[in-house]
Amino acid sequence: MRRESFAAADPALDTGWTEAPPRKGFFTDGSICIGCKACEVACKEWNGIPEDGLSMLGMSYDNTGALGASTWRHVAFIERRGPSRSGGFTALPMVTDISGNDHAAAVDTAMHWLMSSDVCKHCTNAACLDVCPTGSLMRTEFGTVVIQAEICNGCGYCVPACPFGVIERREGPADARNVGVAQKCTLCYDRLSEGMTPACAQACPTQSIQFGDLDELRDRAERRVAELHAHGVTDARLYGADPNDGIGGAGAFFLLLDEPEVYGLPPDPVVTTRDLPEMWRAAALAGAALLAGAAAAFLRSR
Amino acid sequence: MAECHPVGFQWVMEAKARGATVIHIDPRFTRTSAMADFHVPIRAGSDIAFLGGIIKYILDNEKYFPEYVVNYTNAATIVNEDFIDTEQLDGLFSGYNPKTGAYDNTSWGYEGMEEAPAAGRRLFRAGRETSEPGGHELGGRGASLPHSVVQRDETLQDPFCVFQILKRHYARYTPEMVEQICGVPPDEFARVCESVTANSGRERTTAWVYSVGWTQHSVGVQYIRGAAIIQLLLGNMGRPGGGILALRGHASIQGSTDIPTLFDLLPGYLPMPRAGVHGNLDQYLASIKSDGQKGFWTAADAYTVSLLKSWFGDAATKDNDFGFNWLPRISGDHGTYQTTLDMLDDKVEGYFLLGQNPAVGSANGKLQRLAMSHLKWLVVRDFSLIESATFWKDGPEVATGEMRPEDIGTEVFFLPPAAHTEKAGSFTQTQRMLQWHHKAVDPAGDCRSELQFFHDLGKRLREKIAASTLERDAPLRHLTWSYPVDETGEPDAEAVLREVNGQHLTGEKQGEMLSTFVEMKADGSTSGGCWIYTGVYTGGVNQSARRKPGSEQSWVAPEWGWAWPMNRRILYNRASADPDGKPWSERKAYVWWDERAGKWTGHDVPDFQATKAPSFRPEPGIGGPDGLAGDDPFIMQSDGKGWLYAPSGLLDGPLPAHYEPHESPLRNAMYTQQGNPTREVFPREENLTNPSFPESGSEVFPFVVTTYRLTEHHTAGAMSRWLPYLAELQPEFFCEVSPQLAAERGLEHLGWATIVTARTAIEARVMVTDRVVPLTVGGRVIHQIGLPYHWGVGGGGAIVSGDSANDVLGVALDANVLIQESKAASCDIRPGRRPTGPALVRFVEEYRKRAGISLDTGTTRFTPPDGGA
Amino acid sequence: MVPDATFTSYYGRPVVKASPWKNDIPAYFFLGGLAAGSSLLAAGADITGRQELRRAMRICALVSVTAGTAALIHDLGKPSRFLNMLRVAKPTSPMSVGTWILTAFGPMVGIAASAEVAAVLPRPLQALARPVTVAARPAGLLAAALAPGLASYTGVLLGDTATPAWHAAHRELPFVFAGSAAMAAGGLGMMGTSVAQAGPARRLAIGGVLLDVLAERRMEGSMGISAETLRVGRARLLMRTSRALAAGGLAGTIALGRRSRLVSLLSGGALVAASACTRFAIFEAGQTSARDPRYTVAPQRERIDTRIGQ
Ligand SMILES: Nc1nc2c(c(=O)[nH]1)N[C@H]1C(S)=C(S)[C@@H](COP(=O)(O)OP(=O)(O)OC[C@H]3O[C@@H](n4cnc5c(=O)[nH]c(N)nc54)[C@H](O)[C@@H]3O)O[C@H]1N2
Ligand SMILES: Nc1nc2c(c(=O)[nH]1)N[C@H]1C(S)=C(S)[C@@H](COP(=O)(O)OP(=O)(O)OC[C@H]3O[C@@H](n4cnc5c(=O)[nH]c(N)nc54)[C@H](O)[C@@H]3O)O[C@H]1N2
Ligand code: SF4
Ligand code: SF4
Ligand code: SF4
Ligand code: SF4
Ligand code: SF4
Ligand SMILES: [Mo]
Repeated sequence: MRRESFAAADPALDTGWTEAPPRKGFFTDGSICIGCKACEVACKEWNGIPEDGLSMLGMSYDNTGALGASTWRHVAFIERRGPSRSGGFTALPMVTDISGNDHAAAVDTAMHWLMSSDVCKHCTNAACLDVCPTGSLMRTEFGTVVIQAEICNGCGYCVPACPFGVIERREGPADARNVGVAQKCTLCYDRLSEGMTPACAQACPTQSIQFGDLDELRDRAERRVAELHAHGVTDARLYGADPNDGIGGAGAFFLLLDEPEVYGLPPDPVVTTRDLPEMWRAAALAGAALLAGAAAAFLRSR
Repeated sequence: MAECHPVGFQWVMEAKARGATVIHIDPRFTRTSAMADFHVPIRAGSDIAFLGGIIKYILDNEKYFPEYVVNYTNAATIVNEDFIDTEQLDGLFSGYNPKTGAYDNTSWGYEGMEEAPAAGRRLFRAGRETSEPGGHELGGRGASLPHSVVQRDETLQDPFCVFQILKRHYARYTPEMVEQICGVPPDEFARVCESVTANSGRERTTAWVYSVGWTQHSVGVQYIRGAAIIQLLLGNMGRPGGGILALRGHASIQGSTDIPTLFDLLPGYLPMPRAGVHGNLDQYLASIKSDGQKGFWTAADAYTVSLLKSWFGDAATKDNDFGFNWLPRISGDHGTYQTTLDMLDDKVEGYFLLGQNPAVGSANGKLQRLAMSHLKWLVVRDFSLIESATFWKDGPEVATGEMRPEDIGTEVFFLPPAAHTEKAGSFTQTQRMLQWHHKAVDPAGDCRSELQFFHDLGKRLREKIAASTLERDAPLRHLTWSYPVDETGEPDAEAVLREVNGQHLTGEKQGEMLSTFVEMKADGSTSGGCWIYTGVYTGGVNQSARRKPGSEQSWVAPEWGWAWPMNRRILYNRASADPDGKPWSERKAYVWWDERAGKWTGHDVPDFQATKAPSFRPEPGIGGPDGLAGDDPFIMQSDGKGWLYAPSGLLDGPLPAHYEPHESPLRNAMYTQQGNPTREVFPREENLTNPSFPESGSEVFPFVVTTYRLTEHHTAGAMSRWLPYLAELQPEFFCEVSPQLAAERGLEHLGWATIVTARTAIEARVMVTDRVVPLTVGGRVIHQIGLPYHWGVGGGGAIVSGDSANDVLGVALDANVLIQESKAASCDIRPGRRPTGPALVRFVEEYRKRAGISLDTGTTRFTPPDGGA
Repeated sequence: MVPDATFTSYYGRPVVKASPWKNDIPAYFFLGGLAAGSSLLAAGADITGRQELRRAMRICALVSVTAGTAALIHDLGKPSRFLNMLRVAKPTSPMSVGTWILTAFGPMVGIAASAEVAAVLPRPLQALARPVTVAARPAGLLAAALAPGLASYTGVLLGDTATPAWHAAHRELPFVFAGSAAMAAGGLGMMGTSVAQAGPARRLAIGGVLLDVLAERRMEGSMGISAETLRVGRARLLMRTSRALAAGGLAGTIALGRRSRLVSLLSGGALVAASACTRFAIFEAGQTSARDPRYTVAPQRERIDTRIGQ
């Protein structure tokens, strides 16, 4: 809760791991996602997650809808004709556009189909972890945030606490594993412990999902954005890469081509435990007021 | 490509990252378009006009690659003066016979050829026999086409040279015409022309990638021919980064044409012998090759005899023509659709479905199901109870009362197969590369591989006829059928691969594996189950199992798997060097002539006789490989040149010409001739056609419908609709329509729509999306409707099901390869769900009346000149 | 028509997840508050020798804390694992803190209440119950000491979430809940004891109402657009009812509380109900605010824009 902890250098060390490997994370590059959903399927296969609903949602090709207890990777599909909310340019010359038309100059009137694979952000300051009363949610040596299903008692507090709406209590199907327990991406803790790549990143054909040491990924992402800007893709921006944002930076961050909310992400997420000291002070005052009031109620009778 | 070959698409992304421009030409904006530099929405079925327009642009603006065109293509070759082009005949080439709906292509030949070139692979047309002697796409190309008499005018000025014919043929394929036919505005079209030509030449190459969006048309083969002409003009064949890439379908679909599941081919593209024509080996060989012709096809006798030796072993001797007469003969079209019709006519008793689900996957689902209900027995080997195994009790016709289970006598045998992970074998992919896969896990329960199934079946049949003396049993009796099996009875797949590779049967090398098909002999001293695969077991090693990482070898990666022929990764790669054998450019250097060493060398295995100097010129009259000049890169072609103009080998013309699809709401703007005059049509009650010009009633079906795949599903759905993790990704059958069409027809996003054709009506959830745009074609707004074809009704245990897109499609085929036109048809669409039960039949009946549909609607191939009147 | 993306959310889908909590939780908030307030009154009564008030309040405290705990456990996804709450003590987790308070508070009111039961037992048994009777006062006082925390931590529990309406109210919620607790306990005291002894209960109730109403006013002020969620649907109904009941209860208490037993009963009941309504209203409002992305996105957008503005 200490304010300082907010530019946490290495969450693993901060949480008492003596020697921890470099912090691991994801850089999900929405500019090269082809929406194949291999990540969604690979995740479910590896983690034995139950099927999550069979109705057509009409949200472009997205019939998954959102992250949740039984969906740990979610590919968003946004159909857009014309410029982004921020009015930039989206057309995707991956690097050079030798057909030689100058995007920077042009007004974006093209059809765009934005796709991006969302996942738990493995926040540096993770609200879910902070508020968990059982210690079921823990920080791993890789700096990731993982639920220990056998400890979780399903109090559900982490659910409203998460500023990204990632974590959720599994309510069914009855025969599924961990019903009544909170569930989310583990950043494949089991695979990482074996020195393997997470299943989703392994399955991704275009390397839209890049797994690795967070520092290295952040540099790579910076370069990527610069590259895209240099080629007129002014809409390219990073999301969750800044260690000074409201969650102290995400372990899984993204390259987006439009405002975050367009992808269903909060534009300025904040870990609410940041305001906890203030809240406790308020509670103390309120409690004092109550005590005083009660005392007064009796005093007057003298 | 991103939709259907997502893993392969990573290389497109890689190319893009290195600066490639990616253009996507597709009626719909797909996941591929999303990644492309630009997307060109085009009317389904109109690409030949589009490609023709590009050809005209290249010719008019002299954007072609002069040295390449003059030296490596048949641009300079003089054509027979009797040849008459579609320009003069308003959409027909010379030699058309309206009665048979077929061409006599004698007049298409090169000037000075003493006899007609071969017709190409199809010896027969559905029902109708064609006049020409046999041949094959590889072999037939110019069988009896002695190069000695080929006349050329390398100034390309002769009015009868291919180059000039090309110019005349495409003269009217203007940008305006492209807009009128394809709905592509001139500026967009210009952007494509400029990008493609700017990116071709000495320093750069352009590749064309297609799959069934180009093939499933009544003019499918000519689509590809159109791309071939462009690539030859721009010098993009036989060079790195060039070519025409056919993306394939099921794993090893390439392998299943190399060692075919096609009725009219033997392994290695040798034609299937024909009843009454090929009485003996010599007659057969004479019809597929001539010693006068150039190239490696002249050794077809060695390939054929080696094949017979591996099939019949010692029983195959010179005296009995190596058992040639034990081979089956074809007596007509035995293609899958013809066979279906034969079932309907009770000409077929039994049917094996081994990895096929025609009740959902084949055009005109009702026809398929009705046909199978006429079988005595049906064997289905599949992972799940697919619709083709249960149609008789839960198919749509049962619901409408058109089929009553109690009337169906078909006995269905359902057998569980082993999946690809549960058995060893090879996959051949689109690069002609064989990749070996090892068994990962044992098959569960009674699941068995196809290999074991057929091995056992063969053994049992052979036991039954062991004592038989009947002539008809001879082939089976003499078949070599001894493969080592493991404890589960699974034959050793590598033993089969060795048999395919072939070996020396006599001499000091006896028992050794052949290392190249050049070693094959016509005297019975070698065996080989598929000549083009010879070399895959060189040195007794399974070359297809090689997995050396790319990082440990050259960028061509010759040690990953094995590609036929002789591990060449790019065919005809002699064309990557100039006539003198020098690379066209450093940037695009691939193989070249090493003067000092006196041989061809480079990054890949040169696709040329290793020591033949670029300057070499053969004596007139010499055929075969030695007949090839040092600058004849296309070594399988009978004249060693790339064919801009195809004097033979095709049934519907030497040059691609635009025809409207079999079912089209539009009149052909290019010629009076409306559709492909040679297309296969099947007039039957079960296969009625929507009217098209010149018939009246086409206004009843004013929309274009196309069918396709979604990344989330696989074909007829057994491998996705039965799996929760895939089923949930695209749970319901839907149609994709533009907002404009939705407004026009009152369709609501996520509501229901009914799609109607002459066959039947189906219902789908509505997906209204900007990704589909109405096109202005010939001044008229044309709406296109997209249907993914993965859903089906019935089946045991499917997690999701829905109406099948194939139920609204009819059967009309390309004449050359008999592929169905499932990419372009006409239809009507209306809001709401379709009627059910018998009411559905009445509903469709009413549509037929309104459109005045009869048995012959749409089935007259020839459009009379007064068609318009 | 696939809606286009210029719309400020992803197909109108929630950005944050609403809590999976059912009515158990607001019920627990109410009962917890009631227990806290009651234990305060009980302690006061004990010290000032108000037997009747003490007895009633001690029993009420026990009953409500028990019921509250039951509700809490019932809401868990895995009730059998309730005790896992005691694996750790985390200041960053209001729920953890609260659970520890509750765990300490429960037994204390238990002892205090059992002393009251002991008092009405036949003589011989009373001897046995001696320890309880002795421990009753210290226990009662300890419970009273914990009570303020028990009454106000629930405000922090809601405030420390990404649920827009709750987090926006994080400064005022503890006060609203403390007030609400006082109002409820006071009301219950008025119901449970004769007008003669209910004086402190009445005064506590009046104070509670005032604190609740004032804090609630301020809260709505600082909630921004998410305050809307208190003015729609079920929350609106509950909020209005709560206000009406509180007003009525307050009036009754002031006017006739000292004289009429009946009025005391009615006003007390009204105040208890009012407290319950407030808790449910705030709970509802939060759930609504989480389900509509607007309440998550719009304020964050504003924040960014002002930041850029500076
Ligand atoms: N995920 C997935 N992958 C698959 C398959 C699968 O079912 N699912 N199937 C495999 C098989 S068997 C095959 S054959 C391949 C097929 O691979 P593709 O050919 O890529 O598959 P389709 O989606 O049938 O057709 C491709 C595109 O053709 C477009 N199209 C339709 N008509 C025309 C036309 O006239 N001109 C042009 N230019 N485009 C047109 C359609 O809009 C569609 O987007 O995919 C293979 N890969
Ligand atoms: N309208 C329309 N129709 C089309 C097309 C289109 O684009 N539009 N595309 C056409 C094309 S390109 C194709 S390839 C066809 C595909 O159509 P089909 O081949 O009829 O359909 P599939 O679902 O691919 O059938 C393959 C079956 O093989 C089973 N299977 C998989 N592995 C094995 C195995 O190892 N052994 C055995 N015995 N079975 C196995 C699967 O479970 C599946 O049921 O559809 C064609 N039909
Ligand atoms: S995104 Fe949500 S669930 Fe994931 S770590 Fe951050 S707070 Fe926890
Ligand atoms: S639900 Fe489980 S993981 Fe979430 S806060 Fe409660 S105990 Fe922790
Ligand atoms: S890291 Fe593992 S658990 Fe997380 S989304 Fe990827 S596959 Fe699923
Ligand atoms: S696997 Fe990669 S490309 Fe495919 S949807 Fe996921 S992130 Fe996008
Ligand atoms: S399914 Fe197999 S063949 Fe098709 S893209 Fe994926 S990996 Fe390649
Ligand atoms: Mo296919």
